[in-house]
Amino acid sequence: MEQKSTQDYLKAVYNLARNGDLVSTTEISQKLEVTPASVTEMLKKLSQDGYIKYSPYHGSTLTEKGLQEAQKVTRKHRLLEKFLSDVLHIGKDKVHKQACQMEHSLSDEAEESLCRLLKHPDTCSDDGKTIPACNLPFSNCEECIKLHNQGLEEVGKRNTNLTPIRELKGGKYGKISFIRGEHKVLQRLLDMGLTPGTRIKVIKVAPMDGPVEVAVRGSKLALGQDIACNVFVEVEQPTSEGT
Amino acid sequence: MSCHPNSNPTSKPSNNKNGKHLTFALAGNANVGKSVIFNQLTGSNQIIGNWPGKTVDRAEGTLSFEGHEIKIIDLPGIYSFSTFSMEELVSRDYVALEKPDAVINVVDASVLERNLFFTLQLLEMQAPLVLCLNQVDVAKSKGIIIDKEKLEETLGVPVVFAVATRGEGIYELVREAVKVATHKPKPKHLKYRRELEEKIEKLKQVIEKENLSLQYPARWIAIKLLEGDTEITKLVAEKSKAVVDSAKAIAQDLQTSCQEPCFSVIASERYALASSIVASSLQQSEVRNTFSDKLEWLTTHRVLGYFTSIGVIAGLLLWTFFIGNGLSSLISGALSFIKPVDPALSASQPILAIILNGVWGGFNAGLTLIIPFVIPFYLLLAIVEDSGILTRVAFMMDSAMHKIGLHGKALIPIILGYGCSVPAIHSCKIMETRRERLLAAFAITFAPCSARTIVLFGMVGLFVGVQWALLLYVVDIAIIFGLGRIAMKAVPGKSTGLIMEMSTFKMPSLKVVVKQTWARTKSIIYVVFPIYIIGSALVQVLYTLNVLTPISDALSPLTVGWLGLPVAAGILLILGVVRKEFVLLAAVAIFGTTNLALYFSPVQLVVMALVAMLYIPCVSTIAILGKEFGWKAAATISLANIAAAVLIGGLAFRLLSLFL
Repeated sequence: MEQKSTQDYLKAVYNLARNGDLVSTTEISQKLEVTPASVTEMLKKLSQDGYIKYSPYHGSTLTEKGLQEAQKVTRKHRLLEKFLSDVLHIGKDKVHKQACQMEHSLSDEAEESLCRLLKHPDTCSDDGKTIPACNLPFSNCEECIKLHNQGLEEVGKRNTNLTPIRELKGGKYGKISFIRGEHKVLQRLLDMGLTPGTRIKVIKVAPMDGPVEVAVRGSKLALGQDIACNVFVEVEQPTSEGT
Repeated sequence: MSCHPNSNPTSKPSNNKNGKHLTFALAGNANVGKSVIFNQLTGSNQIIGNWPGKTVDRAEGTLSFEGHEIKIIDLPGIYSFSTFSMEELVSRDYVALEKPDAVINVVDASVLERNLFFTLQLLEMQAPLVLCLNQVDVAKSKGIIIDKEKLEETLGVPVVFAVATRGEGIYELVREAVKVATHKPKPKHLKYRRELEEKIEKLKQVIEKENLSLQYPARWIAIKLLEGDTEITKLVAEKSKAVVDSAKAIAQDLQTSCQEPCFSVIASERYALASSIVASSLQQSEVRNTFSDKLEWLTTHRVLGYFTSIGVIAGLLLWTFFIGNGLSSLISGALSFIKPVDPALSASQPILAIILNGVWGGFNAGLTLIIPFVIPFYLLLAIVEDSGILTRVAFMMDSAMHKIGLHGKALIPIILGYGCSVPAIHSCKIMETRRERLLAAFAITFAPCSARTIVLFGMVGLFVGVQWALLLYVVDIAIIFGLGRIAMKAVPGKSTGLIMEMSTFKMPSLKVVVKQTWARTKSIIYVVFPIYIIGSALVQVLYTLNVLTPISDALSPLTVGWLGLPVAAGILLILGVVRKEFVLLAAVAIFGTTNLALYFSPVQLVVMALVAMLYIPCVSTIAILGKEFGWKAAATISLANIAAAVLIGGLAFRLLSLFL
């Protein structure tokens, strides 16, 4: 069994955990095909380094530091997958493994160029998973795009610890941080009340990658997956009161 | 979604601004009951048409009220005055340039904050406003209590509570609107946050100094320029480059200090204001509406939701099929006292044949086909539409619709297509991009509309078996899906995502349902009945003159050789282009009997019905396709239909011959 790196573990926890749920050691061990004993050992180490919060017998969650690292490597992984399949036309069954090997050596500069080459993708072409937003020195996509003449825009601010609402479960609350998309889509979302800083509640996610129903300002909106993956929120723990 | 019957009358331009005459505009979001209020106000005095040069519905009506002759214009349902759609442009130009005497802003009381976002934009335009808080009963059932006086005071406009479906508040609404129209109170200036307000004021002064001689209020132009509105920027640029330049500079300032694009800053400001108005005038208490909660649970449940969705889609078809079938045989039984002329004798009695087989046959077919199939369909559709279930179906089926390059909302026009392709294609306007409208319209050209249902029932259901007719329905839906996927690959562009308001569940109002059904049936009866009668007589004339035989002979390699149909099928298919029912009608007229089993084998009946379903959009459908998408698109779609029908029909003939 090959050695798994810190990044692999963080990525596994990131992919298994959504919205702050605890991830069990067994789940990680299955995902990475590593023995539970080595997982426990590695989790302890990651916890010491401040990447995760680990409580034995309960599970692990990512700290902010861990989340940033995980998002970065997930982003690289998914960009690479998209590159391998869309540009190099490598079979979809092979891209995952190839990307896993390449993601660790991809520099930030190469990541940025890749993002531009792929025209700022928001989802993977094979499984439609969200590509996390970049952590580049641009304050927003718009700046990057203006620089490179593309057609996407963005409203709101990028804070850390963001989740696209597509990845939230029903019943979760969040505050809109930023939205990326084409100008007309942004304008419509703002018109419908999804302005940055607005508190929203995810009511329901339709099965089979269906739309997300959110409650915003007393109305209910259905947002398709391709839009929901571009609306990023800071997740908050549910309070007893409703919106 | 407001679905007007598409009878296409030309709208009457009326510019007589007489002192006694008043003009009111109805404005508001979609699904707030605006059309219901419009119907309440104008009754049957309505003209439905298009805005000049635009494919946007324009509904206009008149009302007499205490000595005033009032013209009412129902503006399209929109969420904002940006340039997102043609509807928004048309509406804002009407309010700003035509200057109606009063603007009645219809607002859903249960979604006040989102609706006020639009109200604030009307106030920015300094429209003479009356706020109509509609559906206060629904709001109350959600635990929402609104302080009318407080709202009036904050907004500086009269507020009227209404429950339009029951006619409550309508009288008071008109009275207040007349008061506004005659007294012309000065609109209150609602202020945004100081930083933005200063920027607006600065730009407004530049605009006023330049004297642009534009009809729009200066402050509104300033806001639109800051938002980067393309239309207004273009208009102003024609008059003064300096204004546009200073707008750009001020916008840049604002953007830097807020670290946010200007259009987002302004939208946030409007919502902040709307939110504070709501906070001061609305009380929300926790109420559980068990009925709509249960309905919500049922319609969007991860498993049951699909059953409900499929139930709605299939239920509409089956209901039409079975109710139509029953009523149809009842009526045709009652009308059977006049017997058609035997075709063998029609040569010797041409005039009698034209009258009996042609005129009477056409009338008979209209009565036995339209009434029983169309009315029940439109009745159930109106109930389903009014209840709010369709948005749940769209929600559940969104991911499936993505497979054919559309999103869930496209299901609504496609379901409308079960009734008639023409209004269905017309309602594709609810889709955001031309590509999506085109893909949805393409799917609709294959949808089993009531005319096709009639052919299906009259040929297959009656003589081969109901199960075969139902199977053809299923095959048709599979074909829509398969061809939709091919079309998605063929039409360039990217799909946009779904952004749809989930409307509140409502108990459908009988009055609204009946009105809606009648409005849709009416246009079909007025247009279709004469066509049936004339068309059917014409078929008989052509048949008597013997001009149809050469055509069907010329087509025989295709109809007989490839599709395995009788020679006469060529005539039927040519005539069916006018209206699909003619395939059945002409068969009855030509063979002089309703027992088609004497002339067609079961396989031929199934293939005939299948080909009739697919082979070409009828003339009216081609016409609306041409109008909405251009003649090139209409021709391409028609050719695709012919190709699909020939291919699938030929394969079906070979396959079915093994079984039947």
